[in-house]
Amino acid sequence: MNRIPRRVVVLVAVVVVVVLGVGAYAVQAVRRHQQALAAAPTVASTALAGVLAGPHIVFRSTLPGPQYGLVAAVPIADPAGARAFTPLACDRVDVAGSFASCLRTVPGVATTFETDIYDVSTWQRTQTWPLPGIPSRTRLSDDGTLVGTTAFVTGDSYATIGFSTRTEIHTTADGSSRGNLENWRLTVDGQPFTASDRNLWGVTFVDDDTIFATAASHAAGKTWLMTGSISGQSLTSVADNAECPSVSPDRSKVAYKKVVETVNGQPVWAVAVRDIAAGTETLIPATKGLDDQVEWLDGSTLLYGLPRAGQAGTTDVYSVGITADAQPVLFIPGAWSPSVVR
Amino acid sequence: MALETHDLPAAARGARPTGGTRPRTAAKVSSVVVTLGVVSLLTDVSSEAVSAVLPLYITAALGMTTLAFGFVNGLMQGATAIVRVLGGWAADRGDHPKWVATVGYGLSMVTRVILFLVSGFAGIATAVTLDRVGKGIRTAPRDAMITASSDPRTIGRSFGVHRTLDTIGAAVGPLLAFVVLWWLPQGYSTVFVVSFGFAVVGFAVLVLLVPDVRPRNLGWLLKHRTRVERGLPKCKGCTCDLPGGLEAAGRPFRWSMVAAPELRRVMIAAAVLSLLTVGDGFVYLSLQARDGFATQWFPLLYVGTNVAYMALATPVGRLADRVGRGRVFVVGHLGLVGAYAVAGLLGGTASTFVSLALLGVFYAATDGVLAALTGRVAAPNVRATAIGTAQTVQAVAQMVASAGFGALWFAVGRRPAILAVAAVLAVAVGVCWLIVRPLDASSRVQDRVAA
Repeated sequence: MNRIPRRVVVLVAVVVVVVLGVGAYAVQAVRRHQQALAAAPTVASTALAGVLAGPHIVFRSTLPGPQYGLVAAVPIADPAGARAFTPLACDRVDVAGSFASCLRTVPGVATTFETDIYDVSTWQRTQTWPLPGIPSRTRLSDDGTLVGTTAFVTGDSYATIGFSTRTEIHTTADGSSRGNLENWRLTVDGQPFTASDRNLWGVTFVDDDTIFATAASHAAGKTWLMTGSISGQSLTSVADNAECPSVSPDRSKVAYKKVVETVNGQPVWAVAVRDIAAGTETLIPATKGLDDQVEWLDGSTLLYGLPRAGQAGTTDVYSVGITADAQPVLFIPGAWSPSVVR
Repeated sequence: MALETHDLPAAARGARPTGGTRPRTAAKVSSVVVTLGVVSLLTDVSSEAVSAVLPLYITAALGMTTLAFGFVNGLMQGATAIVRVLGGWAADRGDHPKWVATVGYGLSMVTRVILFLVSGFAGIATAVTLDRVGKGIRTAPRDAMITASSDPRTIGRSFGVHRTLDTIGAAVGPLLAFVVLWWLPQGYSTVFVVSFGFAVVGFAVLVLLVPDVRPRNLGWLLKHRTRVERGLPKCKGCTCDLPGGLEAAGRPFRWSMVAAPELRRVMIAAAVLSLLTVGDGFVYLSLQARDGFATQWFPLLYVGTNVAYMALATPVGRLADRVGRGRVFVVGHLGLVGAYAVAGLLGGTASTFVSLALLGVFYAATDGVLAALTGRVAAPNVRATAIGTAQTVQAVAQMVASAGFGALWFAVGRRPAILAVAAVLAVAVGVCWLIVRPLDASSRVQDRVAA
């Protein structure tokens, strides 16, 4: 009889140990996941119709439990109170007019991403189209006829293009594209902007033709606040170091995040508010550390999300005034991507 | 020498009946090549599982900025280029490519532990960089071992078999990772643990089952077949008259040999063609600009390319053995010309599939074949360095090409840019055909001598 070589015996032993070890870890991870679901306190919830009848805020709920990731709504008058859940699960959400824009990750054997447009009176999906990468930002125009979306297109080790953003504007009614901003005519500081590593992100609508957005050149290490028109397919720079703009309800101001310092090569942002007519800028230093496209609660208050320290996956929405000494206040615990519906 | 008979190339086993019926094809790929293929398969499952979920993990789970991801991704691209040459050099100097490869595979294995333990940006960046450095270190020594363990006449097939196994791993890894996440939302640490498991088994297979192939030593033994030539006593039992013993070092490593005229031809052809290889990402983006199908499956288009590559690597490797490796390497770039043309001219789901298949043809005809060609042309004592250098030349030229093409894309538009590159590449294929033609002729003579 042939003796089995010792190397093979050792290899079999290694395989057995690895399979048992990995299997045990996976079983334990599943059990922990199920326990966390079961142990999570039930999130206080209320009827949807009542909340939607008055002024309210729609957001992605990030409290642990079975409703994690669902879109919910709270009355503006009681933001930290019981929330009403919709059937939608979205990574980013915005509501305006009769439409909701929902960017979501579709988990599966192959993970993909998509934009879904919902009719908010029935929560039925009316349009859907694929997103080429991880959902990042979405905004509707005030009447809900147009939607801007930004996705991170991430290369893998085979597709060597690296990282870029894809920002597009679509018509909500029929899902037709109004253009990929990357291909528009861009003017920065009076010169045509020709950087080949250009990226655009974070659309906000002034009206159904005029927008603000961010343009960036990775090589130059700069970002610009851009404004322009959809019909003209062109954007012009307004200021530099300004990302993810958000126009105020009365259209007189635009809020955005700007880099205030760099830690370990990573940018740290704070919110600034710009008076469009006067061209003056007010930095709000107490907001340092955010990475979001802010939302206007009213003409003098901003909302934005922050990850909760020490609790991966949970985020909180804060409110802050628009003066230089304003201090953020916790507004909706366990929430992300707020959208104010007045 | 720890080599067993079946690990030696056919030529080393001396006389073998030639002519008559061809022996069964499967038997002609050395067990070392298959074992190395299994190591690559397991390691690629491990590394591609992590690569696939890393963007989601960094941005969605850790809530880090996407700029951070861009930075990490940049590290991935740049880190491997130069260490490939160093890994090859170390393998040639010591004549123990397995030891160098072991360091490379071990380094990548350790990074899975780092990913599991840390959740900060600096930790992830370190893990990703070390993983890529490990990949850079191991590639050239491993390819040198494949070359040394193969029959020179079927070396293209050997690389084909290895790359097939390797690519199976690259296709399985992302799917496995997404299945884990599907089953267990937020289960990133489980993905890292599974990935570590595959890396450990791959590492164990390498350490335990792959022999310590010594290309320089082997080359010397092949040249000096009699006991007298080897400086051994005339009979096995004798202990007298021993000058050198079995210190079969062969000629030592010399950089000038890496720049030998024939190798220079290979490097020039690789550089010229790679300067017109603009990166699959642009082909995918171009397809996506015209087709909703390509948008929806954008994150997985490279899996389609891998499937085609997997299916074609071995047959194209065999073809290279028959008609000439240099020729197949050069003409394989016509697959790229085709992929560019289809992406530039046509739209629709069918053209997406055709384009991915053509990219697969390109990989099948160039990746393993370049290593086979270089390994065959280079002297055994500089083989790993030569392979590492050729791969670095290719990688750096492709990076330059991608940067330049990005500028062209915005200057003249997507379609003219990609069609222009296709046209220039077609011309370059013609020129490089002339450059590599002498190589195929001379290597055929050598193959016959070796046989």
